[in-house]
Amino acid sequence: MNPAGARPCLNPLFRMQWEQAQQSWVLLYPEGMVKLNQSAAEILRRCDGERDMQGIVTDLEQAFSATGLAADVNAFLEIARAQRWVVWK
Amino acid sequence: MTLPGPPLWLLAELTYRCPLHCVFCYNPVDFAAHEQELSTEDWLRTLREARELGAVQCGFSGGEPMLRADLEILVAEAHRLGYYTNLLTSGVGLTEKRARILRSAGLDHIQLSLQDSTREMNDFLSHTRTFDLKQRCARIIKEHGWPMVLNVVMHRLNIDHIGRIIEMADQLGAEYVELANSQYYSWAELNREHLLPTREQLQRAEAVTNEWRERLGERMKLFFVVPDYYETRPKKCMNGWGNVFLTITPDGTALPCHTARMLPGLAFPNVRDMSLREIWYDSEGFNRYRGTGWMKEPCRSCPEKEKDYGGCRCQAYMLAGDPAAADPVCDKSALHHVVTEAVERAQKGLLETRPLIFRTPDESRRLLART
Ligand code: SF4
Ligand code: SF4
Repeated sequence: MNPAGARPCLNPLFRMQWEQAQQSWVLLYPEGMVKLNQSAAEILRRCDGERDMQGIVTDLEQAFSATGLAADVNAFLEIARAQRWVVWK
Repeated sequence: MTLPGPPLWLLAELTYRCPLHCVFCYNPVDFAAHEQELSTEDWLRTLREARELGAVQCGFSGGEPMLRADLEILVAEAHRLGYYTNLLTSGVGLTEKRARILRSAGLDHIQLSLQDSTREMNDFLSHTRTFDLKQRCARIIKEHGWPMVLNVVMHRLNIDHIGRIIEMADQLGAEYVELANSQYYSWAELNREHLLPTREQLQRAEAVTNEWRERLGERMKLFFVVPDYYETRPKKCMNGWGNVFLTITPDGTALPCHTARMLPGLAFPNVRDMSLREIWYDSEGFNRYRGTGWMKEPCRSCPEKEKDYGGCRCQAYMLAGDPAAADPVCDKSALHHVVTEAVERAQKGLLETRPLIFRTPDESRRLLART
């Protein structure tokens, strides 16, 4: 479970950047790299330690004129936490 | 054939000089013939050209990369170009001052290794000199906020101490520990009979590793890699030839993997003579074993050929005498028995009376003179 009210933040041991050659966002870490799909990248970019999960969902729904994204965001953040991509503040 | 993707990984082997003499060293046994190191300018140009092609991970290794006085300059440029920078070191030469400079140059990660199989490992296990050195390095790494990644090469002579090794890694505060069995190339191939563990040793080591995994929980991640001699399918070597990895040796030779220079009948280009773009896309050396077009039977008609690309070209050459053959680790290879026989010899204990060969420039020259 993702802690309610807590704010996810990209693990400082990871770095996220846009790669022109791959035309995608990637997550870099010791001797490794994950290529992120667009929705993963949009969620991770908002994990800044300022917004809580509700804040991220609201922000995404506004940016993409969508509704009902909470379940997807929650599921992705579960994965991201298990992979240690994000830590919770 | 479709145009290959960009090289995503640049492995910069800065030097073959090294204060250690590991019996399983992955440097070529004839390294003493290739000691003409690239200049700082050459390396800077190489970093820029690889980044332009799309490389994003950059590993500085060797030899011992700390022996290059311009390491900080190269790291700073790699960082500026947007690489994720990794330093692979034994820790010899990592002082507080150097760490500070490397940190401000933008170094992202240090992988500390524990390698020298006999003396170093003994020192380590008996808590003496090397352990002090590693502890000092580990402290420096932590203090600078780097992730603490420890790499330990496993083999017949140290694998029974795996529990003790993990315990010490934990004392050092490691977050990731790679316990990778030595692969039988270069010096490790010369010393293979001494290094290949028994099946029983492997099973015990894996069991101990699993116990530690439970005990350590999230605190530390353990990766255990068995020797491919115990498998029936080969590894997808380098993730495919000329697919994502680009290695530059100390003298500037560009290789699809760090041992590829051993392959006969292939000339590999040098960054002193050619741009990396030409090297990666157009050179014979990089194109020869790309994709699946070069394959012979049984790989050519094998349904798994995209999965492992026929394994490792160097291993095929070393064990089957033909770099285009199936890697004999595969049980579909007509020469798979070469591997199983080595494994069976390992079960029976050392048949070899020849002593271990240590990786030194003198040994390298001696081996060169013989060929
Ligand atoms: S394996 Fe050992 S001898 Fe070879 S480069 Fe690394 S530290 Fe030096
Ligand atoms: S036959 Fe060749 S392609 Fe098929 S599994 Fe074996 S090595 Fe891989």
